[in-house]
Amino acid sequence: MRKKMNTIDLDFYYGKNQALKGVNLGINENEITALIGPSGCGKSTFLRCLNRMNDIILQSRVEGRVLLDDVDIYQPGVDVVELRKKVGMVFQQPNPFPKSIYENVAYGPRRLGLHNRGSLDNIVEKSLRDAALWDEIKEDLGKSGLSISGGQQQRLCIARVLAVEPEVILMDEPCSALDPIATLKIEELMQDLKKNYTIVIVTHNMQQAARVSDWTGFFLLGELVEYGKTSELFSIPKDKRTEDYITGRFG
Amino acid sequence: MRLSPPVTQKMAWAACWAAAFFAIAALLTIIIYVFARGVGEIGWAFLSTDPIGGLSGQGGIRSAIVGTIYIVVLTLAMAAPLGIGAGIYLAEYAGDNWFTRIVRWVIETLAGVPSIVFGLFGFALFVIALNLSFCILAGALTLACLVLPTIIRTTEEAIKAVPQGHREGSLALGATKWQTIRHVVLPAAMPGIVTAIILAIGRSVEETACLYVTMGGSANMPITPLDNGRTLSLHLFYLAMNTNAMEKALATGVMLIIIIVIINAITRWLSSRWMIRMQGRV
Repeated sequence: MRKKMNTIDLDFYYGKNQALKGVNLGINENEITALIGPSGCGKSTFLRCLNRMNDIILQSRVEGRVLLDDVDIYQPGVDVVELRKKVGMVFQQPNPFPKSIYENVAYGPRRLGLHNRGSLDNIVEKSLRDAALWDEIKEDLGKSGLSISGGQQQRLCIARVLAVEPEVILMDEPCSALDPIATLKIEELMQDLKKNYTIVIVTHNMQQAARVSDWTGFFLLGELVEYGKTSELFSIPKDKRTEDYITGRFG
Repeated sequence: MRLSPPVTQKMAWAACWAAAFFAIAALLTIIIYVFARGVGEIGWAFLSTDPIGGLSGQGGIRSAIVGTIYIVVLTLAMAAPLGIGAGIYLAEYAGDNWFTRIVRWVIETLAGVPSIVFGLFGFALFVIALNLSFCILAGALTLACLVLPTIIRTTEEAIKAVPQGHREGSLALGATKWQTIRHVVLPAAMPGIVTAIILAIGRSVEETACLYVTMGGSANMPITPLDNGRTLSLHLFYLAMNTNAMEKALATGVMLIIIIVIINAITRWLSSRWMIRMQGRV
């Protein structure tokens, strides 16, 4: 399986505080990689290094390399805007813009310079269909993105990402603000999406990682303790700390 | 003896109710008094003739209405773009360091400086040093300085109140920082910015002291912004201080109140229409 992204000796610092310590992790194309670990273990920080969302944090520092298709995304001259088109992100709290549902989905394409109404209409419909939201809200495209339920909002945020046709989708605890039924819908959606996209999901829900992912990485105190096939990591963990965590002895 | 929760609850309710009652009653009393004494003077003749000026107290308020419109439009045209731009800069681009802390502190201090101090500054700079002499433009420039700190602070607060998630969501879609500000942050902050503008309009309509020493106060109809003139509030001040035409002063007050209500209503209507267009139906 081809590696879509790779991190090599990745360190991350918030000021003097080291949040990631020499993380080496390869992300397989068209598969789902889950990152688990207790709060503050660095899994979200790691995720946000993959599309350089950490750039906007003051006094933060990155060392090591992050490769997307074998190109280091932190090397000088890389266009962060280009990068984020390729590596999209879905956040923990559904964060639709205070705009209509249509404009939420059309936002990305519009910023890239697409203004043809017909093309936009097609993109909006396709993205909403791919995000399994179209049938629920096709009559209400003019309504505010904030007026729909939390689960629908999160799928709207996914549709918004799909509209710019990224290659990788990062999901930062996308279901933690959702009820079980909405969570199930997102998980089913992820299985559909992985045919065309590479997905990395951070979750604090181990059952979720076990259900949805092909590969799992366990983070602890900024280190990648163990990384392997999900089925193996949850059944025969190699590291004592992983075993303690997944059996609920701490965390 | 300790009072039981239901008793303290009743007392708190009564105290809040009384506070609200007296506050509203005081405001209503003023408005009713001004209307009761002033409204009889208002008619077409009052609105369509210029005041005589000086000590006479005769005439209407036509030139003062025109002066007010000039002042509000000119002041906003200068202060709104500058103030909103500076607010955006402080909220989105400026870091938090000793320099920007001083800038913020200065802006906050300026927002509390009495308007007559701004007036004397405007007199020294615009009327004398820049040789504009007493005119509407000098008054508007001075007034722009006066409302600028408020617009900057209110805009900055409104922008800072926009959830960080909106910005991250936009950046993560490959939008640039400016696109994010222009298309996500500003629309979300718009109600706050509109409030800043309404406050600035209100301040421009009501302000007297800093126009008293810069605008001249002529009762004649101003043609260009370089003419000497007076606003309604300045006219009210002259009537009340220099003449016995108390009824006309109060009638001018009625017109001031009506104009402020109309301007507020128009601004809110425009912004709510704009919000629906930008943000979708709820």
